[in-house]
Amino acid sequence: MADLSSDPARLNLIRYRDDKPVDHGAVTVDAFLDQSNASAVRIEPGDDARELIPHLERLALVEVNFPAFGDGRGYSSAQILREAGYEGELRAVGDVLVDQVAYMRRCGFDAFDPDSALDADDLEAALNRWPEVYQKAADGRTPIWSKRHA
Amino acid sequence: MYLYDQYDQAMVDARVEEFRDQARRRLEGKLTEDQFKPLRLMNGLYLQLHAYMLRVAIPYGTLNSRQMHALADIADKYDRGYGHFTTRQNIQYNWIKLEDAADILADLAKVEMHAIQTSGNCIRNISSDHFAGAAADEVTDPRPYAELLRQWSSFHPEFSYLPRKFKIAVIASDHDRAAMRLHDIGIQIVERDGELGAKFYVGGGMGRTPMIAPCIREFVPLDQMVTYAEACLRVYNRQGRRDNKYKARIKILVHEMGAEEYAAAVEKEYEKLTEHPLDRVLEELERVRTFFEDPLFEQNAPETIDRSDPDFALWVDRNTVAHKAPGYVSAVISLKPVGGIPGDATSEQMRLMADLAKDYSFDELRVMHTQNIVLPHVRMADLHALWTALDEAGLGSPNLDTVEDIIACPGLDYCSLANARSIPVAQKISQRFAASGKTEALGQLKLKISGCINACGHHHAGHVGILGVDRKGVENYQLLLGGSEAEDVSLAKITGPGFDEEGIVDAVETAADVYLRERQDGERFLDTYRRIGMNPFKEALYG
Repeated sequence: MADLSSDPARLNLIRYRDDKPVDHGAVTVDAFLDQSNASAVRIEPGDDARELIPHLERLALVEVNFPAFGDGRGYSSAQILREAGYEGELRAVGDVLVDQVAYMRRCGFDAFDPDSALDADDLEAALNRWPEVYQKAADGRTPIWSKRHA
Repeated sequence: MYLYDQYDQAMVDARVEEFRDQARRRLEGKLTEDQFKPLRLMNGLYLQLHAYMLRVAIPYGTLNSRQMHALADIADKYDRGYGHFTTRQNIQYNWIKLEDAADILADLAKVEMHAIQTSGNCIRNISSDHFAGAAADEVTDPRPYAELLRQWSSFHPEFSYLPRKFKIAVIASDHDRAAMRLHDIGIQIVERDGELGAKFYVGGGMGRTPMIAPCIREFVPLDQMVTYAEACLRVYNRQGRRDNKYKARIKILVHEMGAEEYAAAVEKEYEKLTEHPLDRVLEELERVRTFFEDPLFEQNAPETIDRSDPDFALWVDRNTVAHKAPGYVSAVISLKPVGGIPGDATSEQMRLMADLAKDYSFDELRVMHTQNIVLPHVRMADLHALWTALDEAGLGSPNLDTVEDIIACPGLDYCSLANARSIPVAQKISQRFAASGKTEALGQLKLKISGCINACGHHHAGHVGILGVDRKGVENYQLLLGGSEAEDVSLAKITGPGFDEEGIVDAVETAADVYLRERQDGERFLDTYRRIGMNPFKEALYG
């Protein structure tokens, strides 16, 4: 199993969680469903996140791959897993850019492992951009409609 | 009219700052054009043939005089003194500099306007019936539902990188004035057993593969409308095709799955989403409704009109529409002067329309998807004064729904996607019919012109449609007959081989002459075509 701290591919990892990162690599959805001991899985855009739902309890890390930032299927995968009660790490990997991270956070991602490092200032600005939100989403922020009629 | 509260304003202001920062990073080279493109598109900024184009949202086509004045000011300050009203009730400016874009968005935010999601693969501006709140035939004003969807779809975290653009229209009448079934989602607010609900049509559209949306659910309770829309979108976001841009719209998914299977997938998703109910939907709907209450119509407003001036009488007959309040009409300001560019208005004309709306229409204007402007609530007693002012400004064309009232896309004069020019064809056709005097005899004849297969000019839905194509480097125009975007929705069919620019003008006149020869009592062009079919037209066109 790879040691995360010395893994050059993990240099860009940003986590918004307090627990320790999983110390082994993620397997494909097919491999995960075939083997009982993996606790980390990687979802590709065409995978059905719902296949993981019966196994959420043994999952500590779900990586959602964005091969291209314009392919938005991973946002739905994240929402679906959070709606199903998944509380482990949800990590966006691949072509993850600073201008998409705010929406990713809203959909329940709490870790990012972008191909190219994100500028720290730009990242902070992006995550603090929205004073309010219109929709209910996996991040649990109170939407404007609820505030208006509190 | 809907007014922002501190929440709406804070969101729009944040968006301006976000875009200002993104534009700066683009200009500094921190963002590549590929990375920047979807961001600018989601702020309405297209790169056209000659310059950037900025498309400003006019939610459900409703605006007040202050907003129309701001649009005029933007035309003067940042563009060339005019703007172009579009088939989705928006306005676009054709000569914008990237460096100015954030300042324009800031100017818009000051009057509760924006360009959010007017382009890009996301949920676009919600359109609606341009006579909403004025029409006698609606079960309720559809705009509160459109406003609810506007808020829900703005900055939607899950649905901002869809396979393709996504357009929603909301109506509340059996008469469809919004081309509802040619949208990705068309919602009709209906009444059942004294209760209002939403009827969902999904998978309509024009473009290279035109489709009429099938109904996938007859009745969704109002408190579930947004959740049901969310289910429709989630199925599309997950299963819509992303391998081919031309097969990525939801109409292809619905067509390939079949409406029943798609509906079943939506039901399944909907069931899951209802486990996480949205908060305060009905309370919010009630709040929004209060903004759309009737203005204080004058009781016993006079219903007689002095028709002694024949030009005025013709305009009244052509350009005013029955209103639910006695003594009132909705008045249509034609942006289709003979020989003009369909949908264009100068800043002077915008200001005049704004002032007239303030004087005569409770400070309210509407943009029609047919690229005209409506003053929704005008006292009949004020019509002559209104018409006089319009006529002096070149805005008095009496041609609503006639062959001169042409929808045309910007075409090859502006658009980088176009294969052929649309504007000169529209100009020549309106000139031809105005000169021959046949406009009046032809009555309702909806003519729609697109300069390429993407169909922004709605040619599939024209009683007469024209499609510009490129034929070995020469502009060529195909003629289509028999389309309709209304409640009798249908897709037009191509007559046969195309024509050159002069030839297409002749061909439209030939088709019109077949109608004049063949029509029976009270038939519109479309009715005659549906009765006699394509052959008599083909014979006349190709002999």
